[in-house]
Amino acid sequence: MTTPSTEPGRENGTRRSLRRAVPYLLLTLSVLPIVIGYAWVIIATFSYRTKGLLPIDAEGNIGGFTLQNWTFVSDAEIWRVALNTFGIAIGMVIGVGFVSSLAGYALSRMNFAGRKGFLGLTLVLHAFRPEMLLIAIFHVLLFIGGIPLIGKFFGFNTVGGVALVMVSLELPLGVWLMKGFFDNIPWDMERSALIDGASRFRVWWEIILPQIKPGLAALAIFNFITGWNAFLIPFTFTLGSKVSNLPVYLNRFSEDTSMVSWNQVAAVGLFSLLPVMIFFIFTQEMLLEIYSGGAKGGA
Amino acid sequence: MKVELENLTKRWGDVFGADSIDLEITDGELVAFLGPSGCGKTTTLLMVAGIYKPTEGVIRFDERVVNHVAPKDRNVGMVFQSYALYPHMTVFRNISYPLKLKKVPQEEMQRRTQQVADMMGIGHLMDRKPAQLSGGQQQRVALGRALVKEPDLLLFDEPLSNLDARLRLSMRGEIKRLQLELGITSIYVTHDQVEAMTMADRIAVMREGKLLAYGSPEELYDRPRTLFIGGFVGNPPMNFVDVEVVQENGAYHARRGGFDVVVPPERGGQAAGHGTVIFGIRPEDVAIADDGVPGEIYVVEPLGRDDLIDVRMDEEARVHVLADPALGLRIGDNVKLRFNTDEAQFFDPETEQSLLWA
Ligand SMILES: Nc1ncnc2c1ncn2[C@@H]1O[C@H](COP(=O)(O)OP(=O)(O)O)[C@@H](O)[C@H]1O
Ligand SMILES: [Mg+2]
Repeated sequence: MTTPSTEPGRENGTRRSLRRAVPYLLLTLSVLPIVIGYAWVIIATFSYRTKGLLPIDAEGNIGGFTLQNWTFVSDAEIWRVALNTFGIAIGMVIGVGFVSSLAGYALSRMNFAGRKGFLGLTLVLHAFRPEMLLIAIFHVLLFIGGIPLIGKFFGFNTVGGVALVMVSLELPLGVWLMKGFFDNIPWDMERSALIDGASRFRVWWEIILPQIKPGLAALAIFNFITGWNAFLIPFTFTLGSKVSNLPVYLNRFSEDTSMVSWNQVAAVGLFSLLPVMIFFIFTQEMLLEIYSGGAKGGA
Repeated sequence: MKVELENLTKRWGDVFGADSIDLEITDGELVAFLGPSGCGKTTTLLMVAGIYKPTEGVIRFDERVVNHVAPKDRNVGMVFQSYALYPHMTVFRNISYPLKLKKVPQEEMQRRTQQVADMMGIGHLMDRKPAQLSGGQQQRVALGRALVKEPDLLLFDEPLSNLDARLRLSMRGEIKRLQLELGITSIYVTHDQVEAMTMADRIAVMREGKLLAYGSPEELYDRPRTLFIGGFVGNPPMNFVDVEVVQENGAYHARRGGFDVVVPPERGGQAAGHGTVIFGIRPEDVAIADDGVPGEIYVVEPLGRDDLIDVRMDEEARVHVLADPALGLRIGDNVKLRFNTDEAQFFDPETEQSLLWA
């Protein structure tokens, strides 16, 4: 043992680093269950069976690594389902982004009859649970399906129809968010551009939109994830795997065999998570930027 | 270009932004809109620019009514208080933006932008973004952007209020020189009367949306038509004392209690016989002297070159005097004041109009 009197610095140092370690220890402990859960998923997808976190074979011995859970990736069906999922997600990114950035601008900058009422109504609309609207939406989709040409792409049991419904349900929030971003852009900048000779549209496109890029990006990421994970709407308005998306496919998959292979379900689940994770890794820097100050003000 | 405002009014519900403003600006003139914050200067300017539509009244550019002409077709340049630079564009793109919108050919655009930037002394900063510039440089970019399209009318909305005092002083001179050189008709909005006095050919004094006075700085300073103008124009402000003007032995006296000064007949004559009137005198026209009106020093404020002395003559009458710091005056000293009544003003306390120039 060293005495505190001869080596005070060292003694203090250890105590300090110990104290610093405590919060990390507590945090690590509290997230452990979640980490174990993820670890199980990853291990399970490559195992025949699992006992706890350990992969086991048919006889119950440790071992039994296998790739059989992943054989579904060679199936053309999964890729069509993935493509559908991607279609819905991208449809939401584009649809919500486009409409909200136009509507948000109008609501933020222009004065027209019914503006206040519209704003209030949008908020109320967002409070409606989609479950309440399913029957009504079904009728709308049937109606759209009856329209020649358009009906083929946006009617009942089409990817376009699902995307359309998802976009509509997400628009109230998107419009509100975008209005908020536009509200933060100083009026003077817009006036200046008008005096410089820009049309209203160019002001929107060249001056205002570039400044809310981080906001637009956040909305896009948010919508991509929502669209990618959409379950209720695709589940309700699609039949069969031709137009279903990954969450619905996964759900059917875990239901329709009597003996559910959970390891295979985990593999499909992990597969469907990959794009979102990749998307997230590439965009997280942008997301962080949004929370650290949003639009960078020049003057 | 000549600019004419006729009965120009802007209302939001029952809030008046500008209230029936009549004003004419001759070609090449620099007119300052001077008034406290919230008096409608920006509102008026934005109507001239075409951003706000007037509720009533007419705006004319060279006899042509422009009420319904879009901002982009008015050929005005504007410098905003916030500069309103486009943060995502470089200095070059900021300045050249008006030319790009006019579809000026690339080569000419390059040349004119460089020329204006060089004139503003920011030619070497072309590739910077606004956030990488100092306040003074941003100001120059804003000015360059307003000038590059060779406007017929320049609008300035408190352009210097975000700069530090020293920079403000040098920019003030620079803007004035530029305006004279280029001969562009200009409206310059400010709440700083020194700025207005030093830069403007004529000053439009505004309050609560109304145009109170319009004239050259000398006119407003020497011949204020109302009590408000008298007190508003000039720094430190004019002193006001209630007096009665009487004629005695052929001379006019302004009197109250122990205060008695002789005023020249051409001024005293106008004020006599009105009962109690307001006597106005500027601090620079009052001096500490060996004899004159007695008073006691209440406050001494050193201003550097001068001391501003607040002298109490009686319970209700105080005057500010500019005095030489070398006199070493202290609070509580008894002094005598001499008034240069050649510059005395008289106002009617009821109507607040000048008795001399109304
Ligand atoms: N868009 C607007 N809506 C309602 N009231 C306004 C608007 N713009 C200005 N005002 C009002 O008009 C008056 C004049 O404002 P402004 O022209 O900005 O004053 P100044 O530029 O002289 O400080 C103020 O009382 C202000 O509140
Ligand atoms: Mg203003």
